[in-house]
Amino acid sequence: MSATTAPAAPAARAATASPPSPPPKRKSKLYRREHLVAAAFIALPLVGFLTFAIGPFLYSIYASFTNWNMLSSPTWIGLANYRQAFGDPYFRTSLFNTFFYMIGIPIGLALSLTLALAMNRRMPGQSFFRAIYYVPVVSSLAAVSILWQWAYNGDFGLVNQALELIGVDGPNWLMNVSTVKPALIIMAIWKGLGYSMLLYLAALQSVPRSLYEAAELDGASSMKRFWHITLPMVQPVTFFLVVTNIIAGSQIFTEINIMTPTGGPEFSSASVVWYIWRQAFSNLQMGYASAMAVLLGILVFLITAFQFWLNARNAHEGVD
Amino acid sequence: MASNAKRRYRTGNIIVAVLLLIGGIVMVAPLLWMISTSLKTREGVFALPPEWIPPIPQWDNYVRVWTAGPLLSGIKNSLIVSLSVTIVGSLTSTLAAFAFAKLRLPGKDFIFLFMLAGLMIPFPTLMIPQFVMFAGLGWVDTLLPLIVPGLFGNIMMIFFLRQYLGSVPDSLIEAAKIDGAGYLRIFGSVVLPLIRPAIAAQFILWFMAVWNDYLAPLIYLNTPERQTLQVVIANFNANYAIQTDYPLIMAASVIALIPVFVIFLAFQRQIIESVALTGTKG
Repeated sequence: MSATTAPAAPAARAATASPPSPPPKRKSKLYRREHLVAAAFIALPLVGFLTFAIGPFLYSIYASFTNWNMLSSPTWIGLANYRQAFGDPYFRTSLFNTFFYMIGIPIGLALSLTLALAMNRRMPGQSFFRAIYYVPVVSSLAAVSILWQWAYNGDFGLVNQALELIGVDGPNWLMNVSTVKPALIIMAIWKGLGYSMLLYLAALQSVPRSLYEAAELDGASSMKRFWHITLPMVQPVTFFLVVTNIIAGSQIFTEINIMTPTGGPEFSSASVVWYIWRQAFSNLQMGYASAMAVLLGILVFLITAFQFWLNARNAHEGVD
Repeated sequence: MASNAKRRYRTGNIIVAVLLLIGGIVMVAPLLWMISTSLKTREGVFALPPEWIPPIPQWDNYVRVWTAGPLLSGIKNSLIVSLSVTIVGSLTSTLAAFAFAKLRLPGKDFIFLFMLAGLMIPFPTLMIPQFVMFAGLGWVDTLLPLIVPGLFGNIMMIFFLRQYLGSVPDSLIEAAKIDGAGYLRIFGSVVLPLIRPAIAAQFILWFMAVWNDYLAPLIYLNTPERQTLQVVIANFNANYAIQTDYPLIMAASVIALIPVFVIFLAFQRQIIESVALTGTKG
């Protein structure tokens, strides 16, 4: 938020410079034209935002209190959908699964920070490695999911063949209740690693060397330098990544739907969005699906707000 | 002493490079394996031990794949959606970013924050009413629900361009105003040339995001010939896995990945630089 409103100084100076006493009316006319142009320029995104985000958002809230199958108009049923959601074992399982997948976020961040630290040195081939690790990030999630579904094949998949080299007999990853979620987590880490690494690398490169040199003179060990210089300096990136990863992770859908089209063995891979999608577009339970979608929205908001609060508190402590 | 430290640094480099190389192999192995599978025979896929390089590469798979499903129409549909959204949407977003960053308008910062906060609403919370709205317009099973919302611009792009415009001095714009230039001319001849690299990078990132989108096309498109590429390859996967025709599935997926890989190779520097900025400015 560095770019706030431009100070009106240059224009005001220009206006006072030309006529000896600037008639205020003319100035406001000049501004009115600028206001009109500015309003015209932001009109489209604003209209789009109201039409495709705020409108549907409000309608979602309304629909969540109704019984609605798209064939007839919605009828008000109060909190019944929410009551149903809290009692629905499938919804609870899908919530649990969605949170379970987020275990991958700290693992992925730790790995990518390690990678970024390894790459943050004067050495040849840095940009080559950066590009290699970034390839999965640009790949389409649909294609990647198809590929990994095949790679997790119990008998002929790449993963188990690689495990065989070290004498491990791999499971049938996606067919097994205890391995399907870890399998999806590993894939998500593989896909996202390059992105987090890139952001960490950029942050590391902007840490002034003098900080490390001063710490070294003071006799701080490399572990101490990491804890007291590196980690705090990359804290904004960590915050950004945690927030965006949680928002994205709460909406995990594509890989679930492609790799485990039935929601996994015993519903063990289904995510909230997958369940909402099924209820809405296969079972036409639009009201019930809306209630779950609203709960998801509230959850995302609460987690994000909590992250911001945590970040503000940490930043404050840092100043003390 | 100094040369000793230098030697230690160089040894460190070698160790790091070896570790990075092993990691890099892990990163690309699945993709190489996908290409390898796409060139095998249906039986060759089940060979034990696995063959990384098929004895006789089955290039025929890449011929077969075009008639095995609506791949070509998928590419065409994806191109229509991605290009129309990003070209028109980038223009809309750039004009809005210019207004938000450089023009006077009471309340514009409030509007901007309001829109930014809206980014927190997850798409699944919006998709049901959006679907009903577009169904009411008779747009289901057309590309319009995927195109029209994008034409109104992209809040993330507005955000980054607005940040970028912060580094353009106001005096440049005021000077152009005093010269009597209209706002569109100021935009075209002063602002646009200055922020062209930022627009290009955001354009590329957005193009790839739309190209790779899966959930929205899945909801709206039913007829196979009207589906976008990502939905087409997902259907390939569902249909041909039953026949264990993995080479065909992988060939379709490779084809779906090629456009973004080409874009990534061509604009690697811009993509990496602009993504690296998102973390520090976000």
